[in-house]
Amino acid sequence: MMFKPLVFTLAFLTGAVGFASSVQAGQSVSLLNVSYDPTRELYQEFNAAFAKHWLAKTGQSVSIKQSHGGSSKQARAVIDGLEADVVTLALAYDIDAISEKAGLLPANWQSRFPHNSAPYSSTIVFLVRKGNPKGIKDWDDLVKPGISVITPNPKTSGVARWNYLAAWGYALKQPGGDETKAQDFVQRLFKNVPVLDSGARGATTTFVERGIGDVLINWENEILLSTKGSGKDKFDIVVPPVSILAEPTVSLVDKIVDKRGTRQIAQAYLEYLYSEEGQDIAGKNYYRPQLQSVAAKYATTFPAVERFTLQEFFGNWQKAHKTHFADDGTFDQIYLKGPK
Amino acid sequence: MTLVLKQPSVLPGFGLTLGFALFYFSLIVLIPLSGLFVKTSSLTWEQFWHTVTEPRALASYRLTFGASFLGALINGFFGSVVAWVLVRYRFPGRSIVDALVDLPFALPTAVAGITLTAIYSSNGWIGQYLEPLGLKIAFTPLGVLVALTFIGLPFVVRTVQPVLQDLDKEVEEAATTLGANRWQTVRAVIMPELWPALLTGMAMAFARSVGEYGSVIFIAGNMPLKSEITPLLIMTKLEQYDYAGATALGVVMLVASFLLVLTINLLQWWSSARHTAR
Amino acid sequence: MSTETATTVRNEEWKASLTGESTWVRWTLMALALGYLTLFLFVPLAAVFAEALKNGLESYFAPFQDPDTLAAIRLTFIAASLAVPLNLVFGVAAAWAIAKFEFVGKQMLITIIDIPLAVSPVISGLIYVLLFGAQGWLGPWLIEHDIRIIFALPGIVLATIFVTVPFIARELIPLMQSQGREEEEAAFTLGASGWQTFIRITLPNIKWSLLYGVILCNARAMGEFGAVSVVSGHIRGLTNTLPLHVEILYNEYNAVGAFTVASLLTLLAIVTLIVKTVIERKSAPSRSAHDAAWNAQPGSPS
Repeated sequence: MMFKPLVFTLAFLTGAVGFASSVQAGQSVSLLNVSYDPTRELYQEFNAAFAKHWLAKTGQSVSIKQSHGGSSKQARAVIDGLEADVVTLALAYDIDAISEKAGLLPANWQSRFPHNSAPYSSTIVFLVRKGNPKGIKDWDDLVKPGISVITPNPKTSGVARWNYLAAWGYALKQPGGDETKAQDFVQRLFKNVPVLDSGARGATTTFVERGIGDVLINWENEILLSTKGSGKDKFDIVVPPVSILAEPTVSLVDKIVDKRGTRQIAQAYLEYLYSEEGQDIAGKNYYRPQLQSVAAKYATTFPAVERFTLQEFFGNWQKAHKTHFADDGTFDQIYLKGPK
Repeated sequence: MTLVLKQPSVLPGFGLTLGFALFYFSLIVLIPLSGLFVKTSSLTWEQFWHTVTEPRALASYRLTFGASFLGALINGFFGSVVAWVLVRYRFPGRSIVDALVDLPFALPTAVAGITLTAIYSSNGWIGQYLEPLGLKIAFTPLGVLVALTFIGLPFVVRTVQPVLQDLDKEVEEAATTLGANRWQTVRAVIMPELWPALLTGMAMAFARSVGEYGSVIFIAGNMPLKSEITPLLIMTKLEQYDYAGATALGVVMLVASFLLVLTINLLQWWSSARHTAR
Repeated sequence: MSTETATTVRNEEWKASLTGESTWVRWTLMALALGYLTLFLFVPLAAVFAEALKNGLESYFAPFQDPDTLAAIRLTFIAASLAVPLNLVFGVAAAWAIAKFEFVGKQMLITIIDIPLAVSPVISGLIYVLLFGAQGWLGPWLIEHDIRIIFALPGIVLATIFVTVPFIARELIPLMQSQGREEEEAAFTLGASGWQTFIRITLPNIKWSLLYGVILCNARAMGEFGAVSVVSGHIRGLTNTLPLHVEILYNEYNAVGAFTVASLLTLLAIVTLIVKTVIERKSAPSRSAHDAAWNAQPGSPS
């Protein structure tokens, strides 16, 4: 007697789930690129170019699906089963996490593509209101009382970690700088932060659309994007003399591409980022190309800035993450002790 | 003394309907929810305690439960007024207003979120007038309160309305003939009838607000220790790959939710008992 | 006859004036009520459309030509059209069991059905990730058999079902409980089968509440944000529902586009409310007619 309802229920649910799965079956060759927040425009252009290139080269048509979000949020999704063929994230640490926690790609992934798997580089700069009313010129100005700073949350946003480390590194570089002074500096900086968005795009929206804050710290490419187009008359870019060399990295997700049989095309996809056309598209979207010839072409787009590397002050991402962003790291300490 | 699990009855279909309902509910709700507890049990008691009582978590509870409570109070007062006006008075457009009261219930939370943010930020419809007065709403706990008040709006109105409608006018008239003035009548005759429904509505608004995510996430400042709601803290922990920590907080919220549901059901039972006793 | 009616009306008015509030109290209450509603209801409602139409009518229709928007609309409809019927069957089954029988644990069942209403959407999504995600209980098994639940349509449907499970049940249970079981028992003893009893006796009695429950369940299913956000994967053109798409447009500096899609969802909500009002108008006379007919012959089944 109880058997009937069991069969009934299971039939219903299986039917629903099965129907649901089948609705999405039967796609042509497709790749999923799981990326971080600001690369929407970049990959829109790049994917079209790559599809055209691949069609011409092999006669195969490919469609590339995109997913965007905060870098570690995206990494977590991949770890939980989001079937990405390639990941193009904000920092190497997030891809390391995919390797470590889900075993989807090998630990030596970074050496598989040129420039440590960073097809383009960027840095951290500031965006201010037109005319720079608060006279912001350098990192020091961000910690002055009464200045309102917008940055995303370092716990969830890739660029926010670059922001954090850039500020820290700046403080270390000052004469007499040491870890204590650096922590103090960053603490004073976060005291001036009124709202923490979870991703780079959210922070830009808060600053640009919602009118919150005097200065936005973000990717150079995001900020350059805001100052062209409709933002031209409303914002100015301020480039601090010193900032961090930010290298967003890319990788194949081996287990997935092997399962889906897309390794060859995914490999070609990532390699195309380093090609002249790929580098050109990057440059057009305000990412600093690695290829010398293309970099020369875009030399005037990018302001001059002295960029120190992560390795110089922090060793590697594992160490940096543990010290600063893990539980009870410096960011937690800043928040628990500091602004209330 | 035999244990009677079910009263005998004439009608068929008990096994089928109850069986299906229980299986469906277990599959969709109970088993997945239990997964939360199982995952959390991978923590030791110490770790669990540490996670759910760390300052950031405590601050988030204060905000989440505090703002929800305040929102429920505001809705309790104004909701009753609205219900009274809708039931007792006639004015042009009354039926439209009556229908619109359910809007927060039917509107997607993300839409509510971006709209409230647009209205209350410093260049928003209302925000632009409040900023110069020093009243910042968007990205502050106040913004969270506004969002939660919006979300809970229909609950009190909809639970109080039917009770008001069913009120026996004759009792009020009798009180007046016996010499009570209007305020006395309201206080002694009408309010006692309304209390159960009012409390039920407030409890429901509270329960809904506590878990709310979509409408709050756009307008809250998300600053740890200041304007971070508990659901967001759960998401943040997830994104740090701290699954056990996220589920620990989830368990806290779930227990709170269950207690609220229990309370609401008790209140509803009390309310209906009053009605039938009469 | 007419003088009687006129007198009755005058008497009612006189009574009302004695037992009603003074005028200034009346006006204060109305001002409070309408002020509160304006602030928390009408302004947001107006704002959605104002922001959507900020750039004019032409750009209003622009998002609807975007394939991603169309995919989001499609996905939302599919998810709702799977979730609502399933919850409908559940609601009817649960209400039947609860209203027509007495059994141990009945009150407990009524209570736990309400649980999804009080659970945070974030948790609603999280539990499915814990269950079906690659690192979850069933994860390895699903991967082995190449079944995708999380970050694909099935996960979205499950999360949507979870948050809308109670809606129809909650509409039906009190109604069916108050309607009792005499009619059904009478029909059954007169020889109708269980199914016939349900279709011909129960269904007509509950049809308006049922419809309302379905409408509400549908509105909620289409509008769910938090739970779906956790299980979606945000794959553009594939796993983004309309509410998620609103967030995406918002994050692409396309606030106007976001509000445009939001206005579509708002219109859906308003349609829901209109249908509900119509239903209420219809159910009031039919319910009282039913009750009147039933009470007309006390003690004997009609």
